[in-house]
Amino acid sequence: MFDTILTWLLLIKCVGALLCIIRVLIGPTHSDRIAALDTLGLMLIGFVGILMILQDTMAYTEVILVVAILAFIGSVALAKYLERGNLFDRD
Amino acid sequence: MTAIEWIIIIFLAVGTLFSIAAGIGLVRFPDVYSRLHATGKNATASVILIMSATFIYFLYEHQLFIGKILLTILFVFLTTPVAALLISRSAYRIGIPMSKESVRDEMKPYYDNEKASPAKNE
Repeated sequence: MFDTILTWLLLIKCVGALLCIIRVLIGPTHSDRIAALDTLGLMLIGFVGILMILQDTMAYTEVILVVAILAFIGSVALAKYLERGNLFDRD
Repeated sequence: MTAIEWIIIIFLAVGTLFSIAAGIGLVRFPDVYSRLHATGKNATASVILIMSATFIYFLYEHQLFIGKILLTILFVFLTTPVAALLISRSAYRIGIPMSKESVRDEMKPYYDNEKASPAKNE
């Protein structure tokens, strides 16, 4: 019962991630794509969280932290690159 | 199912609903600013609820206090608004227009000021 509900919740989260991927593919501007990829990273965190309960293991906690950090750094770097054209200012 | 499993299921279900709301808002809203409005708050709430459920599960089923999950909650809570702010500010500065239905643009005088005198910034 518990595992069945968790599997259905994973499937529902897959629909949410699919909507994000649709926006990444059809997004009219680059900012839309960056926002959708950021949201996709956050959904991946929740996905791995449910997977930890489903498989009854705590081996994925570092995976969650690394995905969170990489999503944030990627979004900030891409936004900064769009804004100025270079990532590191020298002056 | 025990009571603690019901509590975990409720937390996970509400978090999944927030996640679905973020996806629907991302697809259906008209411009990038309203999409960021939809995804930032909903995805943060989703991650916080799901990670709280994971923490409660390991605390009550295995008597394990996993601090890294709490650290993930804190990190997501701090960094998602910053990422949304940076994305929307870069979108505004490179001139992506708002949607036709938008009625107010409160940032316009400030950025006109900045464009008129670029040497004052930086």
